Amino acid sequence: MSRGLRKFSVETIAVLASVVIFWVPLYFVLLTAMKSAPEASEMNLAWPSKIQLWQNIKNVVAFRDHMLLRAFWNSSALTILSLAAMVVVCSMAAFVMQRRNDKATPWISFFVLAGLIIPPAIVPTIWVLNEIHLFKTLIGLVLVEVALGFPFSVMLYRGFMAAIPREIDEAAVVDGYGGYRLFFTIIFPLLQPVTATIIVTQAVFIFNDFTNPLYFFPGAKNATVQLTLYNFTSQFVSQWNLLFTDILLITLPPLLLFVFFNKKIVAGMTTGSVKG
Amino acid sequence: MSKVFKRIYTYNFLLPAAIVYTVVFIVPTVMSFFFSLTRWTLFDWTFIGLDNFKTFFQEPSLSIGFKNTLIYAAVTCAAKVVGGLLLGVFLTSKIRTKDYLRSVVFFPVLVSTIAVGIAFSMMMHPTTGLFNTALAHLGIEGPDWLGDTKLALLSVAAVDVWKGIGLATVIYIAGILAIPEEYSEALQIDGGSSWHKFWNITVPLSRPATNAVIILSFIGGLRSFDLIWAMTRGGPGFATDVIASIIYKQYQGGFYGLATAGNVILFLFVTAIVYPLSRYLTRNEVDL
Repeated sequence: MSRGLRKFSVETIAVLASVVIFWVPLYFVLLTAMKSAPEASEMNLAWPSKIQLWQNIKNVVAFRDHMLLRAFWNSSALTILSLAAMVVVCSMAAFVMQRRNDKATPWISFFVLAGLIIPPAIVPTIWVLNEIHLFKTLIGLVLVEVALGFPFSVMLYRGFMAAIPREIDEAAVVDGYGGYRLFFTIIFPLLQPVTATIIVTQAVFIFNDFTNPLYFFPGAKNATVQLTLYNFTSQFVSQWNLLFTDILLITLPPLLLFVFFNKKIVAGMTTGSVKG
Repeated sequence: MSKVFKRIYTYNFLLPAAIVYTVVFIVPTVMSFFFSLTRWTLFDWTFIGLDNFKTFFQEPSLSIGFKNTLIYAAVTCAAKVVGGLLLGVFLTSKIRTKDYLRSVVFFPVLVSTIAVGIAFSMMMHPTTGLFNTALAHLGIEGPDWLGDTKLALLSVAAVDVWKGIGLATVIYIAGILAIPEEYSEALQIDGGSSWHKFWNITVPLSRPATNAVIILSFIGGLRSFDLIWAMTRGGPGFATDVIASIIYKQYQGGFYGLATAGNVILFLFVTAIVYPLSRYLTRNEVDL
């Protein structure tokens, strides 16, 4: 076989494999979400006799007193608040950790990096949140997300900040700038590329997070979108179509983000995972 | 560092992060060592020494969790390293569809784990599920993927690999692209085959990527909870119970001291494995 032909067939096989491995499951979700309950329970790839996607969406949204809408609201609020706090808090911390160089710095780095390895102690965290009256509140959950995203974000910020010359700081000091003015008017705007990366990647993680809301944000009123999916599994045993409509709806936001920020997300994931 | 800069780079910048991180991460971690030695209702505790740990190790259902956690972490980690490396090599070669393939492989990383778990458990249904219907067309009688105690853990691990391999692949792609061209040019002059290139250049020189993938997926595997919970809730029996799912079950049952003991065990377990592993891996890293 000639080189060109062999290359062509390898590519064809790869594309076909990608269709089977990645598109079929997605197609299956979409198809099931369009079906009626009896047809959905057959679990096959047959085209629905009648497309009732819109009807399913209306049903799943109306279910349990519009719980899904509240969940979308909670999840969006959680994601936005966590990101806002994370960006400010982590960039400030990274600034000092990267610029300063004294006896304490290695220790601080050690504690922060330990956060990447240590599994969070769950019940004691509930206890602490309870003591400060933030258990079962959105703010409490935001604090948890910020704390858990802190090591990763600081790592990204520090790596990027190392490339910003200290001469800038010196020039600003000569001009009479203080630390805060230097950071907020000069350094922070320069960090914009990493900030964007952190926002996009962490948005996906927080929006998709299941474990933390499960532990720290219990109660029907508090549900996030991932929790509705989990709660619906027990209630929709005979209505797979609605369960899959829910899957479709809550997958949409990350999907859109992915379509628009594909490159950014990938860049962020790699720089974050390979230590710089 | 001069006094001026000590003032400019004030530790006040660290304060907000330090407060949040200390209050909701470090304090609970430290407290967990104390609470794991108690019978605990969140409001009240009785000191009971090492009883929680004894319970943990004596009950067979709980110690199964250990074995499962290790198997799960090892299997998913190995599959992600090998699969990620091969995909990474393939997706950095001169193929026209690589942009499309890269996106497709990466996409599952971004989908909700719970959604993936639910969709796959439906596809793995023993009689009507997509997997076994497809196998039936080929004349093969498919197994009960999630109902068979021997197979269930591996089935969940396979879904974990499906979902997570995109991240490993992307890390490898970045690692492979960082290898200077000169090496393969030199090899070409010496008449080396593409197999030689893979084995003598790509594999050793993408070591940093391999280390990152190993550490990341091993930690992820040891801690994993949401996919297992969405697909099997630890069942059938205790066949897919891992430390994290046992912690959740103890928590649900109101055994907070026991759940915290599980947490301490997970902490020690992860640190005992990951710390020496990362030391070992970074020591043997090759400089480009």
